[in-house]
Amino acid sequence: MAGEDKLVKLKIDNVYKEYQGRNGKTVALNGVNLDIRENEFICVVGPSGCGKSTLLNIIAGLLEPTSGAVYLDGKQIEGTGVERGVVFQQYALFPWRTVIKNVMFGLEMKKTPKEEARQTALKYIEAVGLKGFENAYPKELSGGMKQRVAIARAYAANPEVLLLDEPFGALDAQTRVQLQTELLNTWEKEKKTCFFITHDVDEAIILAQRVIIMSARPGRIKRIVEIDIPYPRTQETKSDERFLQLKAEIWNEVYQEFLEVRK
Amino acid sequence: MNNETKKKKIVINDKVWLLISLCAALLVWYLLSLGKSTGRSFPFVEKVVPSVGTMIERGAFWKDIGSSMFCVAAGFGLGFITALPIAFLMAWYQPVQKKFIEPWINFIRNIPALGYAPLLVIIFGVGQKPAIILIWICTFMTMSITIYQGIKNIDVTLIKAARVLGANDFDIFLKIICPATVPFIITAVRLGLGAALTTLLAAESTGAQAGIGMRIRSLSNSFEAAPMLMYIILLGIIGLLLVKVVDIIERKLTGWQEKIN
Repeated sequence: MAGEDKLVKLKIDNVYKEYQGRNGKTVALNGVNLDIRENEFICVVGPSGCGKSTLLNIIAGLLEPTSGAVYLDGKQIEGTGVERGVVFQQYALFPWRTVIKNVMFGLEMKKTPKEEARQTALKYIEAVGLKGFENAYPKELSGGMKQRVAIARAYAANPEVLLLDEPFGALDAQTRVQLQTELLNTWEKEKKTCFFITHDVDEAIILAQRVIIMSARPGRIKRIVEIDIPYPRTQETKSDERFLQLKAEIWNEVYQEFLEVRK
Repeated sequence: MNNETKKKKIVINDKVWLLISLCAALLVWYLLSLGKSTGRSFPFVEKVVPSVGTMIERGAFWKDIGSSMFCVAAGFGLGFITALPIAFLMAWYQPVQKKFIEPWINFIRNIPALGYAPLLVIIFGVGQKPAIILIWICTFMTMSITIYQGIKNIDVTLIKAARVLGANDFDIFLKIICPATVPFIITAVRLGLGAALTTLLAAESTGAQAGIGMRIRSLSNSFEAAPMLMYIILLGIIGLLLVKVVDIIERKLTGWQEKIN
């Protein structure tokens, strides 16, 4: 079936999802098709309620589609799997574990030898700039630091695909820009396939190779925009002419959808 | 400027506050002891403290404390070891819990223990046995519901996060649900100890041979206000000590928790 094209890492094949609510059923996703290539950085934008989080949860294996399927390297996914790492908007750090114990969690599940797990965790903690905070508890960290730990934790488990559900949505503007830059640097180095959900159009354009615009109720892919701005991108890219063009274009589409939802 | 006003503020040390409140309590007590009718119930320190000696001489003091503490410890212990697994079972089988167990727990929990204590005496006879069982029932009710509510309120995102990192059901139970439940277990212990002490009086009305509650009752019958007041204060001190112990355990086990304030 899937997997003919070697470049396709993740294939979303006609995914349909409905919820049984109190007022009858709601269609959250109405036939979503998307091929995500190896090493690709994909951003999904759309108004709230367009099913973008549902789609991420289905790819993660936390939700099952009503029909349709998701393939990773040509193999249909079933349930969660360590090859698909997730970063949640609410950080989801284990509050009773220190930073290093949080980062080690995935390795612990894999039964990695203690010392090796420690070294790996330390490496990623350093990579996200939290050296010296290994033994701090989440309550002692700011929002930005917590999300850095969550990113380190996802990376340490060494997934093939990273799924990020509005990871910077709860952060202030400055911290968000900083974390975008850090994530971008990491991606340019490691080229890990990323599936990133956001409602921030600037964020989508600065990060992604392709931006997926979703329409609401029922959720569908409305348009896919190739971001033809070369990497490395920096915050200055945000004042490039091409960036502004793309921004206006995508904004327009998203805003129309937003108005649709408001009706 | 702000700093200057702050500096002028007199900072009162915690220990000084404690001393002030203690003095205030003594003052109120003293005033009560002066009143004609209140004085009968509230003899002052110089009569109350020596009554400890009187009760020891009568051979009652240590026996009372021992008996009461034994009932509380046994009843609470039984309540705790039964409430813990039942709470997890209730959280696991939600429908059974909602429709079958919870209504009954709420029904029984709201009946004052003193109300059904006589029933237990009919079944188990007089003595410590019905007292322990009564405390067991009351602490079980309070603790099972509290722990169950806690398990139910565990943040689902944490379970999701563990799952995507490769945790299986057993890992999730052991490494997520258990530690996440600890703060609620401690709250349950706190409430359970409170329930155990309140129930103690009802429990010892079941024809106990010794005990703080039983003694208060019998001293009241013989109008011995001073030792009676001493026993009441003793009950308060025991309660305070237990709370302190729970506080220490809490700090040890749940230091990771985010506190509001």
